[in-house]
Amino acid sequence: MAVAPPASTTMNNVEAVRTTLYEALKSDERTLILGEDVGARGNVFLITKGFIDEFGPERIIDTPLAEASIVGVAIGMAMEGLRPIAEIQFADFIYPAFNQIVGEAAKTRYRSNGDYSCPLVIRTPYGGGVRGALSHSVSIEALFYHVPGLKIVAPSFPADMKGLLNAAIDDPDPVLFLEHKKTYRLVKGEVPAGHYTIPIGKAEVKHAGDLLTVVSYGLYVHQAIEAAKRLAGDGISVEVIDLRSIRPMDRTTILASVRKTRKLLIVHEDNKFGGIGAEISAMVVEDAFFDLDAPIRRLCGPDVPAMGYAATLEEEFMISTDRMAEAMRDLVAF
Amino acid sequence: MAKAISKPAFERHGLSDDQLRWMLRNMYLQRMLDNRGFQLNRQGKIPFATGSEGHEGIHAGAALAFARGRDLLVPYYRDMGLCIGIGMPPLQVLLSMFARAQDVSGGRQFPNHYSNHSLGILSISSIIAAHCPHAVGAAYALKLRKQSGRAVLCTFGDGSTSEGEWHESVNFASIHKLPIVFLCENNEWAISTPREQQMAVANVVDKAPAYGLPGRRVDGSDPIRTYAVMKEALERARSGGGPTLVEATCYRFLSHTTDDDDRTYRTREEIERHRHLDPVPRFEALLVERGVVTSDEASAMKRDVLAEVNALTDEAEALPYPAPAELYTHVYEGAYEPWL
Repeated sequence: MAVAPPASTTMNNVEAVRTTLYEALKSDERTLILGEDVGARGNVFLITKGFIDEFGPERIIDTPLAEASIVGVAIGMAMEGLRPIAEIQFADFIYPAFNQIVGEAAKTRYRSNGDYSCPLVIRTPYGGGVRGALSHSVSIEALFYHVPGLKIVAPSFPADMKGLLNAAIDDPDPVLFLEHKKTYRLVKGEVPAGHYTIPIGKAEVKHAGDLLTVVSYGLYVHQAIEAAKRLAGDGISVEVIDLRSIRPMDRTTILASVRKTRKLLIVHEDNKFGGIGAEISAMVVEDAFFDLDAPIRRLCGPDVPAMGYAATLEEEFMISTDRMAEAMRDLVAF
Repeated sequence: MAKAISKPAFERHGLSDDQLRWMLRNMYLQRMLDNRGFQLNRQGKIPFATGSEGHEGIHAGAALAFARGRDLLVPYYRDMGLCIGIGMPPLQVLLSMFARAQDVSGGRQFPNHYSNHSLGILSISSIIAAHCPHAVGAAYALKLRKQSGRAVLCTFGDGSTSEGEWHESVNFASIHKLPIVFLCENNEWAISTPREQQMAVANVVDKAPAYGLPGRRVDGSDPIRTYAVMKEALERARSGGGPTLVEATCYRFLSHTTDDDDRTYRTREEIERHRHLDPVPRFEALLVERGVVTSDEASAMKRDVLAEVNALTDEAEALPYPAPAELYTHVYEGAYEPWL
């Protein structure tokens, strides 16, 4: 963390995001929030509750139900010097805005040869385990991960939420800010007071170990840490890295850990084929092949369109902490 | 001069002789730059060009109504004439065609995709209507900062009005009464698809009432009328009156681009039937008839414009391409190491 905080408060992820947005609106009048139900309703998770009363409907904009133009209007605001924070109510609803993010925001600086920039944050809750069915539970990071010009952040701890959201708001380029909705109220942690940033593109070792590197992000980081703690009880030392940023990706931290442990397990909720884990695997094989003592393993969501509404279907899709612990044991024993 | 069905009216709308002559010269320049693009492509010197033949009246009229240094322009790829009309150096047109390093996009964009922050021309892609919400966002920024006296001009073709983002943009702008003018340059064709297959209504302005904003339709082959309508709409936007949808009609005389062959989808007879709408000879004849310029002056002006275009062509052609390493710049702010 860039700044040593004078004090901290225990918060969940909703409170961490809410506090950060509030402080940004308070400290910089160029910032504004636009999205569906962010005003009077205060966001469907109550993240922006009451903001409209304090900052007014001009800066807390309840938009028409039109995701492409939520992002598109925010791009125009950003090009004209505002600091818009656009919200897509659920990540599943982001598809209509795909061109605005990929074809427009990510290319604004490049296509104008640096004459224009697009300092835009797009926040969206993603992920499953909340009985969200086909259209309120997906992971979208792999669809955007391929796109140069875009940054993607997916923190999972409250302190990281704040530091990385501040960094995203300060960033001169477009940032897709992914919040795992199951962690919203499930995860609590100490959050330093005051303004601080965590650099985008830096992973963090959340649990140190020697025999295996586990790389994850989002909800599964918490389960991976829990699994690693269980294994530590059996004398098996596992290192868990929270990616925090997906693009740019922290090659240094991943490679240093793999060179130490010589084994790599990648865990993510998004489906396996073409997922983030594929890129991490390729990178490690290219740069650290001779340091590996075992094949890389990926423990990921299955290749199906999405998790079903039925509890059985959702449970089949999601990876339990038991399964993570088992995969860790298997790879350590390889 | 083409045989006009009816003699164009000569209501000056306050324009001086100098302003009328400026419009005529701007239209000559547009036409010759357009032709130059097609010539250079057929000579094998540039890979691609887009023409705007037929749009010159809209561009000259709208450019004169635009307040330089105050208004913002979010154009589309047929707006070369509008961009040079509001102050972009014509050399930029040739630099764009030749994809030279000094092109505004550094040789990255297709020709006719201009931007210029200092002139207030926002950067655009080729994706149809994707720029419309950007224009709305820019107009929102003007309103939020209470910068009255400023407006955004957002232009697009008739095909754009089929895109969802166009509808979303007009709706958003109207809800918030934003300082913006939507100018549709309706040239009847979206590459090969005629207007009847693009919309069930007869006119683009027919869509305005659904969004609760006024629509104005104007003969875009007439730069004076276009100026008058645009001036009124922009002043309404600047003074807090909200957005307007303007439909300026014209006809696309060339193929969509140098890569298109319009003989595959429309007859030569159809094009000739529209020839009387060609804004350049039409406006020239009007100004000669009304004594604003003599035939000799018009001819001299054309020679002068051609000499300028020739000189600009030579100047741009002699300049270098971007260095290959420029492929890696301006991806993000600051240093960037691509994964090679």
